[in-house]
Amino acid sequence: MIRAAEAMVKCLEAEGITTVYGYPGATICPFYDELYKAGSIHHVLVRHEANAGHEASGFARMTNRPAVCVTTSGPGATNILTAIATAYADSIPLVCITGQVSTDQIGCDVFQEVDITGAAEPFVKYSYLVKDASRIPRIFKEAFYIASTGRKGPVLIDVPVDVQNALIEFSYPDEIRMRTYKPAFKGNPLQIQRIREAVNKAEKPLLCVGGGVFLSGAEEKVRAFAKKASVPVVSTMMGLSIFPTDDPFYLGMIGMHGLNSANTAMNNCDTIIMVGARVGDRAVRSPTFLARNKTIIHIDIDSAEIGKNIPVDIPLVGDCTEILTELLEGEYTNDHASWLDDIREIKNKVSTNEMTEGYINPKVFIRKLSDSLPANTVCVADVGQNQIWTCNNFRFKEGSRFLTTGGMGTMGYSIPAAIGAKMADMSKEVVAVCGDGSFQMQLMELATIVQEDLPIKIIVMKNKRLGMVRELQTVNYGDRTIAVDIDNYPDLVQLANAYGIEADRVTTMAEAEEKIEKLVSSKKPYLLECNVYKLESTL
Amino acid sequence: MKITVSVLVENHAGVLSRISGLFARRGFNIDSLAVGATNDPTVSRMTIVADGDEHTAQQLEKQLNKLVDTIKVRSLTDEELIARELHLIKINAQPAQRGEILTICEVMGAKVIDMTPATMTVEISDSPEHIASFNALIEGYGIREVVSTGTIAIQKGSLTIK
Ligand SMILES: Cc1ncc(C[n+]2csc(CCOP(=O)(O)OP(=O)(O)O)c2C)c(N)n1
Repeated sequence: MIRAAEAMVKCLEAEGITTVYGYPGATICPFYDELYKAGSIHHVLVRHEANAGHEASGFARMTNRPAVCVTTSGPGATNILTAIATAYADSIPLVCITGQVSTDQIGCDVFQEVDITGAAEPFVKYSYLVKDASRIPRIFKEAFYIASTGRKGPVLIDVPVDVQNALIEFSYPDEIRMRTYKPAFKGNPLQIQRIREAVNKAEKPLLCVGGGVFLSGAEEKVRAFAKKASVPVVSTMMGLSIFPTDDPFYLGMIGMHGLNSANTAMNNCDTIIMVGARVGDRAVRSPTFLARNKTIIHIDIDSAEIGKNIPVDIPLVGDCTEILTELLEGEYTNDHASWLDDIREIKNKVSTNEMTEGYINPKVFIRKLSDSLPANTVCVADVGQNQIWTCNNFRFKEGSRFLTTGGMGTMGYSIPAAIGAKMADMSKEVVAVCGDGSFQMQLMELATIVQEDLPIKIIVMKNKRLGMVRELQTVNYGDRTIAVDIDNYPDLVQLANAYGIEADRVTTMAEAEEKIEKLVSSKKPYLLECNVYKLESTL
Repeated sequence: MKITVSVLVENHAGVLSRISGLFARRGFNIDSLAVGATNDPTVSRMTIVADGDEHTAQQLEKQLNKLVDTIKVRSLTDEELIARELHLIKINAQPAQRGEILTICEVMGAKVIDMTPATMTVEISDSPEHIASFNALIEGYGIREVVSTGTIAIQKGSLTIK
């Protein structure tokens, strides 16, 4: 017999977990005590629980395995809700462990009691309130299985403190069989054949790739398919970096904040093959309109996404990797030559950016930055104008990876996610781009960066505004800007220095290259503040 | 259009709140929801009646299927289902009216289960349409209180949804 808290640690070990992100408190202490005794798992002490979730998210996205975050009950648990909701919207596999008050006190409104499984219900893939300690091994096995299969997502395990202290017989199940949950893997062969035919028949086919491609690990397959079937490609925000920016078949990001070229291709094509993209409202603003006179093919692991937002001609449920493997076996006889000529023409119409004297042009700056960074760079963008500048201007190379929260748009995601991404693979160069508003929602994680000795590079686009909202107020609310000025804020260079982080600022384009060079060559954490004009536009 | 869905789910705590939460969240309009155990005590069966078009019906089925506690979801068409509800109805009934009410009950297949000098309480279990006809007949006497279960439905013939 062992203490259930020890069993929890053993479950994590059995799942190959070597790092957890968390913040302790009374009701999770038995678990922390067993982490201490086992010494097998590195615990990263974050500075706010939401960041434990985002750091786990960055880690999970780079390893394509569920990552683990831990908090105490009550305020610890409610603090992580935003990160859980973010992971849910972006389909990121997480296992979140929360402490809970003792079983006999549940429902009595005792100190730091909150119904966290209830509160998180709308945005977890599944949750457990553990009442029977002997079920812990099975629950953990199921949680990892559910988080990492089908449409991935966060799973919450809420463990009362007395349950953690109970004694149980431990054996970790080898496999899991659930009569309820049976995610689809293989695609229906008839539908696959229909897709092959539709691609051959189409005059102007277009592939639209989304975050599901990463979640399935199908990046190479989808690139091979585009080539083999001679189909040009656009991407959603979550699909950025599947295709290198300079791939001749590739047009960039679609949607409300996307590139003209990509949106033109969406409108002009006759067949759209959506792969792991859910037709979100920011990506496709009027789906019904778009679908008119087009053949819509939708490939997704979640059948509920198919036909939810756009009428579909050929639906196909299954895992992208499995399906693309099948699709690659087809014969593709149509080279779509004249359509590819159109595409080349569309792609060549790149916009030029006018410069504002005495400031950094963020779009040009991001292009220069990306050209100076190595191919194995992971770029994490926050939310706001800084995100869109990065999406549309960072030139991804083969081997680069882009992370952002396209589904939830949670400010304060970039630095913690960068921490998780760096810890998942220390050989990668990791850069976070954020705004001066979003930076201040996560600046406490500078301490985590230093504590964990992570040479992460941070770019802060300082426009002294909550820029994206400012722009919205300018355009849609008669320029009545309110609650978007953030002029009075700390000197970021000094602030970073106070944490022991090297920092610099760049104010004119003339010095940009030199400053970028310094940032890229630094072997330590580094923050660069970019002086951006307050009225700089998003697009 | 009326949508009737039968759902088999794990019979454990939290399942009902997950399902009702799903309806609220996704904006489905539910007419009724009835839950009970089945011959397998680890499985509950729910009958959900909702209002909506083809797209709603499809989404309802898919979203229910997506819940981790769901074993099986099956939409039932009006032609293939037998539906029942149970209503308990307390009616104003002075001694002079008892005879008429009893006749209505007898013809319509309702049962008197309680009586006071001024009221009668009847039980009727039948299809929603039949119960509506019964209600129309007794409305005139004055209905004091109604308690009803949601609709439960099963397929006609030997088919089952397992
Ligand atoms: C947690 C959270 N709160 C509010 C918002 C709404 N919001 C979207 S963009 C934005 C402005 C972000 O400002 P900043 O980080 O300075 O970036 P900029 O747009 O100036 O590049 C705000 C407030 C959000 N996305 N997330």
